[in-house]
Amino acid sequence: MDLSFVILVEMLYAVASLILISAGLAVVFGMMKVINLAHGEFMMMGGYATITAVNLGVNVFVAMIVIAPLVVGLIGLVVERLVIRHLYGRLVDTMLATWGLSLFFIGLATMIFGNTTTGISTPIPGFAFGDYQINGYNFFIILVSVALLVAVLFVLKATRAGLIARGAMQRADMAAALGYSPDRIYMATFFCGSALSGLAGAVLAPLVGLVPTSGGAYIAKAFITVIAGGPSLIAGLFSSASFFGVINQVFTFAISPVIGEVALLVAAVVLLRLLPQGITGSFFKGKL
Amino acid sequence: MPGSLQKDVLIAVVVTALLIWLMPLLIGTYTLTVLVIYGMLGLSLGLIWGFGGILCFGQAAFFGLGAYTYAIAAINIGESTLPMILAVLVPAVFAALLGAMMFYGRLTDVYLGVITLVVTLILFKFINSTAGPQYVIGTARLGGFNGIPGFQTLNVPGDPEAYIWGDAYFYVCAIALALVYLLVSVLLRSSFGRIAVGIRENETRLSLMGYDVRARKTVLFAVGAAIAGLAGALFANWGEIVTPNLFSLGQSAEIIIWCIVGGLGTRLGPILGAAGLAYLKFLLGQQSLVDNTLITGLILVLFVLFLPRGVVPALAGLWRISFGRRPLGRIHQARRHRRRERGHG
Repeated sequence: MDLSFVILVEMLYAVASLILISAGLAVVFGMMKVINLAHGEFMMMGGYATITAVNLGVNVFVAMIVIAPLVVGLIGLVVERLVIRHLYGRLVDTMLATWGLSLFFIGLATMIFGNTTTGISTPIPGFAFGDYQINGYNFFIILVSVALLVAVLFVLKATRAGLIARGAMQRADMAAALGYSPDRIYMATFFCGSALSGLAGAVLAPLVGLVPTSGGAYIAKAFITVIAGGPSLIAGLFSSASFFGVINQVFTFAISPVIGEVALLVAAVVLLRLLPQGITGSFFKGKL
Repeated sequence: MPGSLQKDVLIAVVVTALLIWLMPLLIGTYTLTVLVIYGMLGLSLGLIWGFGGILCFGQAAFFGLGAYTYAIAAINIGESTLPMILAVLVPAVFAALLGAMMFYGRLTDVYLGVITLVVTLILFKFINSTAGPQYVIGTARLGGFNGIPGFQTLNVPGDPEAYIWGDAYFYVCAIALALVYLLVSVLLRSSFGRIAVGIRENETRLSLMGYDVRARKTVLFAVGAAIAGLAGALFANWGEIVTPNLFSLGQSAEIIIWCIVGGLGTRLGPILGAAGLAYLKFLLGQQSLVDNTLITGLILVLFVLFLPRGVVPALAGLWRISFGRRPLGRIHQARRHRRRERGHG
């Protein structure tokens, strides 16, 4: 009984962290058809922003939820204006340019913070449940990712900005004809996507030892989750994160963490072979 | 591709001979050897991406597979001839299976990228986790993160005691690269190569003309992997150790950068891009002011933004404008055509 509860929490946690990792990438890809391979480094910078702010004496939750997204969002804004703006509509070129950016940011972080591991302690203590110890911070991550999904859904469905963004997503030329500049919309979207990446990196920072190359661990998973999710933003993100998260945890508990990771990757290959348009390309069509 | 095949071969042989003679005077042969090997690795991606239009994010997988195949086979056999052959065949077969899975599923660009990237990651994670003594192939322990050291390095075929190393090894690698280059030239001039370029330009049209696009792409993918595998085996011999880092994403990224910087759609571009950037990295590694990765990233971003065709095509274009005989532009041709018609009429 205790074990099944622990496994349930672990599964929810795996799904939640996949959603968290992929949300920023999904917003940028879903709205702008831009694959940002520097996404992992945006998360890494979110982590460093948090740790720096905490070391300067800021409350850890303020640092994670306010400062990190703002800092990374602004960096994203600069990147969009300088590089990505020139490459809209050229999918492969944006991938290559952002890959270059990712290397650039790794180098920059190494020069500023040094090639050493830094970290902060988890702000929420763990507790015992029966014979098992559960990390209390896992619940915080689940909470944040649920809040994140609800917030994105709310913004897209219920606000005027969301309406404009969805319109530009479907027909950029029509949105332009109605007087909304797609250039501005893309800029704002990229800012939001980067801020989400920063938030994810900040929230996950206490769980991992942060090094300048930490981003590499996230990018592949985020990339896979978003592509496997397919064209719908929220439905795709949720369905593919659930699928991969559950597979990962089942194999982790049954065999070992490494096999869990490998099973996730193999599942991704099989899934893309069977549904080359992603999950929402075949099911839940036309949903958000 | 202007000029005939014979002329091409002649130029390649002369230039190779000159370079093999001159380059060791400038750079040490130990460094040169690895530049040559990277050149071959760059050429393998340049072939399938530049001429076949297949963007593979995991060319490092075949490179690493070749290196590991060589190391494992060399420990088990104790002689280097068969392991070299295996190191070419195993990646080729692996790529043929992977390619068949992808191309017969009609996966294209981004999805192809994801799958090749994921396969590289699987290999990397798997090899990284094989530290325990239960992971053994024959007498070779896979060794996990520490890799496999101490295998039989290249020897004269048939004589395991006669090692080829130092300067002699450089000559072997350089000649291997020249042979691969010629092989790629021949391949691209054959009907197979021309159809591969056609597939890159317009897949639908070629398949409507009756060519089996899927099979041809798979074969081309396997050829690229075979070349990468050979480069991997040569690299294993050069480094005398193989580690999981050969499979890493960073390695894959570098191969792509070499091709972009050197120039896609040329044979020379990826080789020069690889050797040039690897040498730049070597030089940068000797200073500690600016981080190496930062410069690599900056180069990639700047090239994608300002020179997406790469150095070699840009230089070739410049050469043609400055010195070459100008082919008549379309307007001239049309005008001349019209004049002739008028003359007849």
